[in-house]
Amino acid sequence: MTSAHTATAPPVLELRAVTKRFPGVIANDKVSLHLNAGEVLALLGENGAGKSTVISVMYGLYRPDEGETLVDGRAVTIGSPAQALKLGIGLVPQHPMLVARHSVAENLALGGGSAFFPGRSVAGRIRELSEKYGLGVDPGARVSQLSPGEKQRVEILRSLLRGVRVLILDEPTSVLTPQEVGGLFQVMNELRKDGRSLVFISHKLGEVLEITDRVTVLRKGKVTGNAPTRGATRETLAEMMVGRSVSFERKRQTPDLKAAPVRLAAHDLQALSSRGLPALRGVNLELRAGEIVGVAGVAGNGQSELVEVLAGLHDLQGGQITLDGVALGRNARTIFESGVAHIPEDRIHMGTVPSMSVAENLALRDYAKPPLSRGGVRDLGALDSHARQMVNTFDISTPGVGTASRLLSGGNIQKIILARELGDLSGQGGAKVILAVHPTYGLDIGATEQVHRTLMDAAGRGACVLLVSEDLDELLALSDSIAVMYHGELLGPYDAATATREGIGLIMAGGAASTDGTPHGAGPGDLSVQAGPDEPNHTRGLKA
Amino acid sequence: MIRFVPIADPPRGRVIWVTLAALVFALVVAGLIFLAAGTNPFEAYSAMLQGTVSDWSGWSEVLRRGTPLLLIGIGLTLAFRAQFFNIGAEGQLLLGAIAAGGIALFTPLPPLVMLPAMFVGGALAGGLWALIAAFLKTRLRVNEILTTLMLNYVATYLLIYLINGPWKGKNVRGFIYSDDFPDFAQLPTLPGTQVGWPTLLLGVLLAVGLQWFLGRSTGGYELRVAGENPEAARYAGISVSSVLFKMAMVTGGAAGLAGVGEVAGIHHKLLEPSQISSGYGFTAVIVAWLARGNPLLCLITAPLMGIILAGGDVLKINLNLPFRITDVFSGVILMSLIASEIFVKNRVKWGK
Repeated sequence: MTSAHTATAPPVLELRAVTKRFPGVIANDKVSLHLNAGEVLALLGENGAGKSTVISVMYGLYRPDEGETLVDGRAVTIGSPAQALKLGIGLVPQHPMLVARHSVAENLALGGGSAFFPGRSVAGRIRELSEKYGLGVDPGARVSQLSPGEKQRVEILRSLLRGVRVLILDEPTSVLTPQEVGGLFQVMNELRKDGRSLVFISHKLGEVLEITDRVTVLRKGKVTGNAPTRGATRETLAEMMVGRSVSFERKRQTPDLKAAPVRLAAHDLQALSSRGLPALRGVNLELRAGEIVGVAGVAGNGQSELVEVLAGLHDLQGGQITLDGVALGRNARTIFESGVAHIPEDRIHMGTVPSMSVAENLALRDYAKPPLSRGGVRDLGALDSHARQMVNTFDISTPGVGTASRLLSGGNIQKIILARELGDLSGQGGAKVILAVHPTYGLDIGATEQVHRTLMDAAGRGACVLLVSEDLDELLALSDSIAVMYHGELLGPYDAATATREGIGLIMAGGAASTDGTPHGAGPGDLSVQAGPDEPNHTRGLKA
Repeated sequence: MIRFVPIADPPRGRVIWVTLAALVFALVVAGLIFLAAGTNPFEAYSAMLQGTVSDWSGWSEVLRRGTPLLLIGIGLTLAFRAQFFNIGAEGQLLLGAIAAGGIALFTPLPPLVMLPAMFVGGALAGGLWALIAAFLKTRLRVNEILTTLMLNYVATYLLIYLINGPWKGKNVRGFIYSDDFPDFAQLPTLPGTQVGWPTLLLGVLLAVGLQWFLGRSTGGYELRVAGENPEAARYAGISVSSVLFKMAMVTGGAAGLAGVGEVAGIHHKLLEPSQISSGYGFTAVIVAWLARGNPLLCLITAPLMGIILAGGDVLKINLNLPFRITDVFSGVILMSLIASEIFVKNRVKWGK
């Protein structure tokens, strides 16, 4: 797929040597890139590579410290999103920013409709554009009833209504099932045919190869590669992205677990979400010593509740949980003390206290126990020496143990959590169960590998690991078996050695048999979802 | 155009000089207000200093004002560390005063036990008053800023009702007072002053004790975790509500002690709320803010605010300035200090 225009026309959007600094980091270091009319440009990079900063500069959310922005070859200053829209640049945010109680039309009339009955005035335009690009959006629908994919299409419509020529899609596939991604790509193709330019942000190589014309790769704030997509391969792109060749092999040899004792068993777990709706509907789960079980699923299908229930942070409506055959307590502290470590989804808001020092964060679990304190009095010397030991063992890079943890990088914050959860301060042999939720989200390759190694080592020592991740590659590389959370039920597990991305993706989208029969989250524009008889390993059920 | 560039790790010295700069700025603004009121600001400030820190009678006035501020301020540092915005110290102080008055006037306790009982009763009453707000916050998610503020009015009218009705003194004719406390229910004072030394001593001990508590005890660690990241507290199995309940007893209790000190040390009876406390519960917010959550630093900031309050009295009397000028003065200081926070956390850049 090549550009419809000749190469002599100036790019519709160009950044020249844009630098943006934040305290302690250079988010963008002399970034230069351009976008031609009618092309899809991939902005590829790991989390933290500076992709978000680039699009924030394009959309007027940040002002660059240095460098130039050009639109149609003219230098411009984009001081605000309003100015960006005037220049024809629109952004589809990663998480839709819509008013849930209002209709689609009312949402899109915000900032553009008339004062009275704002929804009516734009409804016609919405239908027209929606048909033209195959978006399948009903202007009268309530936003609260839309699937993530549909909300995203509403956001695309918002930009189209403003007449943008450049559309920036910020990690648009991260909230979608593989099938919904197909629908999005169709829409992107229509937009490209119409001569509009798209910036597609992603760190998923397969998607980039499938939909884009050209790739600009960012690493640590710098542009490290720029190539036409045609002719590129996963390996060449990955090398540009991480700076060395990466293997996509399975990291793990599945151990023989038949003889291993069951460590964690959960039977018929029932729980409500924070909004009072059923979040877990009879989940059964069994983890053997040494086993790593992956949990896949589109966010919001009950994964968070499952982990929180197991960690004692969420009320259980029904069901039993046992650890080594003994009923597990229902209090976060006693559960940890009986050997359940928890690497939480949100390492800033739950896993650490960002304003506190590295040493105090390392003590979050054991602060009240010897040697860290005796009789309610804390021993600050023991606190520091324990922290220094952990910093060495887990290779945490920090100016000192007294440094506030918020000043550390995501990888080092994650290492603090790992050290605390798996560090075995009490000398009882460490965690028996590890609940790890998105443990490598936002980490660079080096830190990711260390996290993976730590989890596999723990499994090698006889712990069992429940690994919840949105990254199917990670699940396939680490797990012995993979289960899928769908609408509050845990489907599977399926043998990870033979599972495929496509097979798991189909089950995530509700393609497998589910008890209430109705497929959820499949909005208009999705690929049709069908459960084929040849899907992998449906037969290996989980009846304990 | 002015831009603020965040500083990731503001050095400690920066806090000090920004705070000093904010104080100087406030003095300049207040000086302009004095000027508008027809007084030479230099004359006003020198009169304030002379009337407060130049002799013992001035200092005794500073201490009289500073003692309740110290006690309340210490309690508030703890509340702010727990992210519990207690602006109801005024009401908690009054409840302490009411409890002390009730015990002094209506219980047949032996003289030796009387004063300790008044302090204990006052602390409990103030603490329970704050506990109402903490309970509503944790159980019903009612914002504590509203409840603590509203409970101030309840406390005010409760006291007015008592001294107008059931507790109205027998020998006070038309005034709305209670009877005087018996001698043994009156606090010993520093010679020649109205400063009850037991209250002052309690304040100093509490400042040291709570600083130790925050830094060195497991309870203090739990309070800081619960305040700075409640989700992390939940994760670690720390009960945020139980932390808040204990904290409420301390912050309200300290204000209650201040109330006991005022009625047992200075007035020796219960009287109208505005006469017992001239807004100490609110002024102490500045004390705690200036101390930046460190109880020990209240030993400096409380006398500082004491100087400003006592200096305000001097202005009223010596320079005939309006009665409310001190409120304006301390208000300007608080605004300036709060606004200065942005300069602690950010560097200022001029240009685009």
